[in-house]
Amino acid sequence: MEKLNISLSANSGNKDTRSGFGDALFKLGQERTEVVALSADLTGSLKMDKFAKTFPDRFFQIGIAEANMMCIAAGLATGGKIPFTGTFANFSTGRVFDQIRQSIAYSEKNVKICASHAGITLGEDGASHQIMEDIALMKSLPGITVINPCDYNQTYAATLAVADHEGAVYLRFGRPKVPNFTPPDHKFVIGQALLMREGSDVTIFATGHMVWKALEAADALNKNGISAEVINIATIKPLDREAIMESILKTRCAVTAEEHQIYGGMGESIAGFLARNFPTPVEMVGMNDVFGESGTPDELMEKFGMDTHHIIEAATLVLARKQY
Amino acid sequence: MNNITTLKSIAMQVRRDILRMVHAAQSGHPGGALGCADFFVALYFDVLHHNPNEFDQQGRDQDVFLLSNGHLSAVWYSVLARSGYFDVSELATFRKFGSRLQGHPATHEGLPGVRFASGSLGQGLSCAIGMALGKKLDDDDALVYVLMGDGEIQEGQVWEAAMFAGGKKVDNLIAVIDFNQKQIEGSTSDVLPPGDLKAKWEAFDWEVLEMNGNDIEEVIDTLRLAATLTGNEKPVLILMSTEMGFGVDFMMGTHKWHGIAPNDEELKNALSQLKETLGDY
Repeated sequence: MEKLNISLSANSGNKDTRSGFGDALFKLGQERTEVVALSADLTGSLKMDKFAKTFPDRFFQIGIAEANMMCIAAGLATGGKIPFTGTFANFSTGRVFDQIRQSIAYSEKNVKICASHAGITLGEDGASHQIMEDIALMKSLPGITVINPCDYNQTYAATLAVADHEGAVYLRFGRPKVPNFTPPDHKFVIGQALLMREGSDVTIFATGHMVWKALEAADALNKNGISAEVINIATIKPLDREAIMESILKTRCAVTAEEHQIYGGMGESIAGFLARNFPTPVEMVGMNDVFGESGTPDELMEKFGMDTHHIIEAATLVLARKQY
Repeated sequence: MNNITTLKSIAMQVRRDILRMVHAAQSGHPGGALGCADFFVALYFDVLHHNPNEFDQQGRDQDVFLLSNGHLSAVWYSVLARSGYFDVSELATFRKFGSRLQGHPATHEGLPGVRFASGSLGQGLSCAIGMALGKKLDDDDALVYVLMGDGEIQEGQVWEAAMFAGGKKVDNLIAVIDFNQKQIEGSTSDVLPPGDLKAKWEAFDWEVLEMNGNDIEEVIDTLRLAATLTGNEKPVLILMSTEMGFGVDFMMGTHKWHGIAPNDEELKNALSQLKETLGDY
């Protein structure tokens, strides 16, 4: 497993992950003529404007018709293009599950489903838009790679990486400005987990915005004499099983942290893998089977149990359950 | 180029194939497949610019066809085999375990001629638009054809796609609606009245043609006319009137044969009405 050893001083300034997507998409547009982009009336929100303005022939404004967009993307992929669809995570998954299932996944199309405003940090728009079930939907489909990068730099790198990957990808990112702390030149390898912080007592597996909170939690735990390892599960499917085993053989207990429902999320994938191979105590931080509401991202992460202290509490709980 | 007599003979053979395939599988959708046999034969044996021996997914510089109402798989498989995409003997595996001829078309088993899975209705027109846009980007002058059912257009996505193709002038696209006025539960007018389809598609800025889908000469003439109308900033829609079960008297005039297989006696009766054979598989 590759080690990054990130400290909290690594934050180079808060940035939104969606801008990482938009900036990388523009770079792909410059470098690869087969890259095309589709938007369902959310070009600005997805930061796709620069691509749209610079490459108008390769940009398709579909209108508010996500089902049509997914299948048009499937058609473009068949002809040899590499289509990137852009809309909110809600409209990228739940609204178009059958289109993705039949015309993209089952039809084996090289479509990159790029989804912004995922999770509860979308904030004020409320529960209608705060999809916390998208990972569950996408990871259930055979053949789809599910990626949830943690910051601007990693989203940028992941966007470049998925263009080189043959096959359907669900790329999930968010709305708010959050710490940007992974190295800017770090190459994203699909399917590879990253060791963000070494530890020996407990492993915190985190994905997306929760990786930074996991690092904050690890710092706090360290001050209490608990050595927490933090692993960034940027690729949720396929899971980096070797990395998980490597860490668990050392720590023998785990906390999972994600901005998603506990049911069907990354934590469930890891717990399922461990149950089948090396039964291990696991505590899960995530949305606990409820819908969200309007509020600021910080207010909502606190109310729904996905803040730094919730990870710390989960680590304390799981350490108490550890057998040996 | 085949003459009309030859095409009619092929269409009869395709109908024999459909009946024997559905009978052997004891499942499938013979009604709509029989109704569309003349259209498929005209398209694959006369109209399409394609190369059955060198099929690839991209279909660069070739006309491509998508079947959106995937339950018509039996007629498509028969015509694909008869036009050289794969050996006709494979038709015997239709809907059987381990077959490339899945109940509804799929790409997963690598069957030549198929580029998209279908079965869940309403998606094919959008996929066809995607292929058409790709051809435009590649300066590829070939055309994209797609067939939908008239029950299928009850799906909302069809109208998303109709609005897009008309509004964005996707004019290298020819969509055909199998207007047999029947669906599983009865007549389309009983289930959900379609209204004036010609006016509806024209209102979405499509060029609309009509034809009798069971008159193979008219089908060829109309498809050729449709091709000449492409490149004029409008997609082309053909409302194709067909008779479900066409060619077999007891399967016509009813929706009953949408999705059931004939028994031994019914198969014998049906084949006796389609005597001429080019060689059954």
